[in-house]
Amino acid sequence: MNEPPQHRPQPWPIRLTHWLTIPALLIMAGSGLQILKAFPAFGSRGALYRWYPLQHWEPPTWLRLGDWLAGARSLHFTFAWFLVANGAIYLAYVLGSGEWRRRVFEPGRDVRGAVGMFLYYLRLRREPPETDLYNPLQRLAYTSAVGLGVIQVLSGLAIYKPVQLPWLLFVFGGYDSARLVHFAGLVALAAFVAIHIVMVVLHPRALIEMVTGGKPR
Amino acid sequence: MSDRPLVTTTRRRLIAGIGLGLLGCDPHKPRSGFLGAGDAVNQQVQSRLFRRSRLAPSPAAGADTAIDDFPEYFVSRSVPHAPANWVLRVGGMVQQPLQLGLDDLTRMPRSEVRVRHHCVEGWTAVASWQGVAMSDLAARAGADPRAGFVEFRSFDDGYWSSWDRGSALHRQTILAYGMNGRPLAPGHGAPLRLYAAVKLGYKMVKYLTEVNFLPAATGGYWENEGYEWFAGL
Repeated sequence: MNEPPQHRPQPWPIRLTHWLTIPALLIMAGSGLQILKAFPAFGSRGALYRWYPLQHWEPPTWLRLGDWLAGARSLHFTFAWFLVANGAIYLAYVLGSGEWRRRVFEPGRDVRGAVGMFLYYLRLRREPPETDLYNPLQRLAYTSAVGLGVIQVLSGLAIYKPVQLPWLLFVFGGYDSARLVHFAGLVALAAFVAIHIVMVVLHPRALIEMVTGGKPR
Repeated sequence: MSDRPLVTTTRRRLIAGIGLGLLGCDPHKPRSGFLGAGDAVNQQVQSRLFRRSRLAPSPAAGADTAIDDFPEYFVSRSVPHAPANWVLRVGGMVQQPLQLGLDDLTRMPRSEVRVRHHCVEGWTAVASWQGVAMSDLAARAGADPRAGFVEFRSFDDGYWSSWDRGSALHRQTILAYGMNGRPLAPGHGAPLRLYAAVKLGYKMVKYLTEVNFLPAATGGYWENEGYEWFAGL
């Protein structure tokens, strides 16, 4: 096994796909909420999920994009391809270049450090665990975000073509639950983005590196 | 006080509008410009994904939606009622144009479909539907194989839709005169409506008057407003 040679923290393919994700993700989230507004409930007609607390909660106007259902669906199904292509390029690069070694959360290597980092953030531990490009908790967060993206694509396809892709629908437990997974995925991604922004504000060097690529280390 | 959120909203909408405009996207015309190109790609993807042999499963027993929870749908101001001399006209590229009354239809082989109904809005519901398979009707009328599209027209304020032939002749596509074993109610499209496993609800024309086998698609009520034409499931 070769150690990856010294290189910049953020190679250009990662920076490019990172920044392209932002407008695409905003369009997907806004149009998705406009689509949700057409029927802002989960479960079948007459058998809505009782445990879901936000039945009939309408996403506010300022979060929505596309103005009406057909406009939002059109935005959603057009920009979905961009996001998928962008994500595929990112994954191909990360896997092909060996970048995954310093980015992907590997439980065997990272669990202890992630717990340690979490305790450090909670001020239950004085020193942060050893950190490479990313600390193990960051690896967990970024790997989870990529995993969420994959879940969003698959659950989205399942509710887009429930008859033609029955195996995919089965994986998500049927149409109504696949739709709920797709919404929960959005909420989880939004939570990731919120924490991500807070952490970037606290550590602005990461932002600069995501623009310039940073110095090799 | 109350105009503050309005201004914010307007500004945000303006920014979003300019952003989408630069990308060539007008959400009010989803089937033209850049979004139209996306729509064309997605139509190709959908029609290639479609397999006529693939059947939708029947939901588990007991999954049926209570009749009052199954939404009625029409675009007229009030529930449309069939004229006394109602017949279904089958025409276009057929060897034998037909005019069928409800009695003629109920004498044809009876097909039943019980699959999940998917509305474009995102809700689902389940009922069983009884009627005549579209493939049986096409055989009886002698539909020309070169007719790649089927148009469905109604007496619901001119509501119509046109389908690709494959979906129209799918085994689970029927002209339903019954719902849950009872005669179709006026609110659900009586006397005859289209029902299918492979299309969104707005493609299933209610209050049918005509079925035409055609060489080209003729759009549809919502399709011409900007909703997808293929709208497959």
